[in-house]
Amino acid sequence: MSRSKALAVKYLSAAVLFFGVMTLSGLLSAVYYINPDFLFGVLHFNTAKILHIDTMIIWLLMGFMGAVYWFLPEEFGREPVGIWAAEILFFVFVAAVLAVAAIFLFVQWGPSTETTLWLVQQGRKYVEAPRWAAVGVALVMLVFAWNVVGTALQARRITGIMAVMSVNMVPLVLLYLIAFPAIDNMAVDLYWWWWLVHLWVEATWEILIGCIMALAVMKLLGTSRRIVEGWLYIEVSLVLGTGILGLGHHYFWIGTPDYWLGIGGFFSALEPLPLLGMVVHAIYDAGVHRMKTTNRPAFYWTLAEAFGNFLGGGVFGFMITLPQLNLFAHGTQWTVSHGHFAFWGAYACGVLSVCYIALQERRKLATVDGPGWIWAFVLLNGGLVGMVGSLLVAGMAQAFFERAIGGSTLDAFIAGQENPWFTLGMYSRFGFGLVFGAGYLVLVLNLLALGRREATLALRVAPAE
Amino acid sequence: MQYDDPKFWRAGAISTTVVMAIVLIMLTVDSLRAINAGGSHVPPYTVINRHIDYTYNAKLAREIPVIGAEELLFGKAVGAGDAAALIDRGKLVIQSRACIDCHTFMGNGAYYGPDLTKAWLDPVWETWMAITGADTKEEAMARFLMEPDKYATWQRKMPNLGLTRDEAVAMVAYLKWLSSIDTNGFPIHFGRINVSNK
Repeated sequence: MSRSKALAVKYLSAAVLFFGVMTLSGLLSAVYYINPDFLFGVLHFNTAKILHIDTMIIWLLMGFMGAVYWFLPEEFGREPVGIWAAEILFFVFVAAVLAVAAIFLFVQWGPSTETTLWLVQQGRKYVEAPRWAAVGVALVMLVFAWNVVGTALQARRITGIMAVMSVNMVPLVLLYLIAFPAIDNMAVDLYWWWWLVHLWVEATWEILIGCIMALAVMKLLGTSRRIVEGWLYIEVSLVLGTGILGLGHHYFWIGTPDYWLGIGGFFSALEPLPLLGMVVHAIYDAGVHRMKTTNRPAFYWTLAEAFGNFLGGGVFGFMITLPQLNLFAHGTQWTVSHGHFAFWGAYACGVLSVCYIALQERRKLATVDGPGWIWAFVLLNGGLVGMVGSLLVAGMAQAFFERAIGGSTLDAFIAGQENPWFTLGMYSRFGFGLVFGAGYLVLVLNLLALGRREATLALRVAPAE
Repeated sequence: MQYDDPKFWRAGAISTTVVMAIVLIMLTVDSLRAINAGGSHVPPYTVINRHIDYTYNAKLAREIPVIGAEELLFGKAVGAGDAAALIDRGKLVIQSRACIDCHTFMGNGAYYGPDLTKAWLDPVWETWMAITGADTKEEAMARFLMEPDKYATWQRKMPNLGLTRDEAVAMVAYLKWLSSIDTNGFPIHFGRINVSNK
């Protein structure tokens, strides 16, 4: 196995580990809603929340990097130019994440000084990590970009997929620099912060996972590169054609001019189009190949990615993206419902698909199947859909009772939070969170056991065409 | 033109991206002009010396902030430099205590605590003046922020994050300035409906 693939396995393993931390801290966050006295004075909601959303970013990033390092040698026929640097930085990255998690847990906050922002935390959603750690993440991203672009230059050949990925590295690295400033003016701060969050998550990350899934589909189904690359370009056109100005749906209420209501509403309403394209393509490919593959878990996680991205990012996003409705749904659990579904569908399922692809080759398995992955698949997706539905009910109650009827004051907020529909949603979310957690445990057991017990039972599956 | 040739779609991807990026940059230049302090949508930091209201504008069909007569914060007039220093400190308080991971600002953040966009204008502070024994709204807010656990009135309590007096004052100044931003009518109906959760 090449050094790049060995590094990929490390990254994917770390990703699955931090996926577990994200799940655990998510469950913890859910407990506060049904028992507000939980760990009061020891560990508060905001710390659990920070751990939940920051480890989500980290495990997905690690998953993407693992996926790219896995496919790089196959695309270029050589090791990445800076594999030695990437190998060193992997351990630095993991150590830094653990150190930051320890700071979040045991230090939590500091005085209102720049020193706190450098050493303890930055207090900006998704990028709470202190600046020293953010510098480390930027360095890791830089080496990652160098390995993609530099290897292409050294190989003196490039495929369409890797060309898209190489160009995508530029905004991926540059936008992360927005993680550093602490602008006094909240309107300006949020304006740039959304460049980071939206243009990363709804543009550069979409392109990156699009490239990864294109490589995965070629491997899983043997789809021709010409077809996959054509679709990838269409997806890039649609994602960036709708997503760049779709950024405007985050600019409805932060103090920006009201022309963003029309621009943001229109373009973000079109954002489901590329996601629908992915679903169409997934169904077409699956049909052409009669659902036959040597790696069923990877194949089904790929399908889950296409459907989850469309439903979670597209349909659930569309529900609340027009300003007439967003005025009431914005900043409620309705948004949380969309967020959970979108991140899961768009990215998590794709990373899990690559985990199975990597394990099949690493453990030299002719086929991958068996009951273990099905249990994990059903529990994780069932738990997630249950959580999303619960949050949707709670969010709708909040939109009606707190926003529309109450007028969003403290009393209105409390009235919304105490509404039976809201509290029911919170209990239900926790219950489905436990189902999701059980799914995670089964997933880990299945990944560990693959090839040792289960795969030997799987030879009944026909080989790929 | 060959529609099954990936190069055709590559040209489409490049041109679409370039056009959209240029439009975004143009809109960004205009938006930043409007949202810089003192711009058309965001008052200068010295607005903390004035009365701020949030009223319905029939022409715009939404609520807008209305800046009124002098209303000093903590009884002191502050110049541009001091106001900027207060806002700078207030923002550092927000970040150092990770306020946005429990609350929302302009609807962005976490959803465990109430939205703080118009918190300065919340009628509830009149009640809190009695609870904290303060003579003014800003004093009630400062006392609450310094010892939120002492004044907890709801099952979901705010933890004591060790705010000093100076930090609490800066935070109150920040919330007052924040309430003066024209947020296109968000949150709707704020403070216009009397809600009882009793």
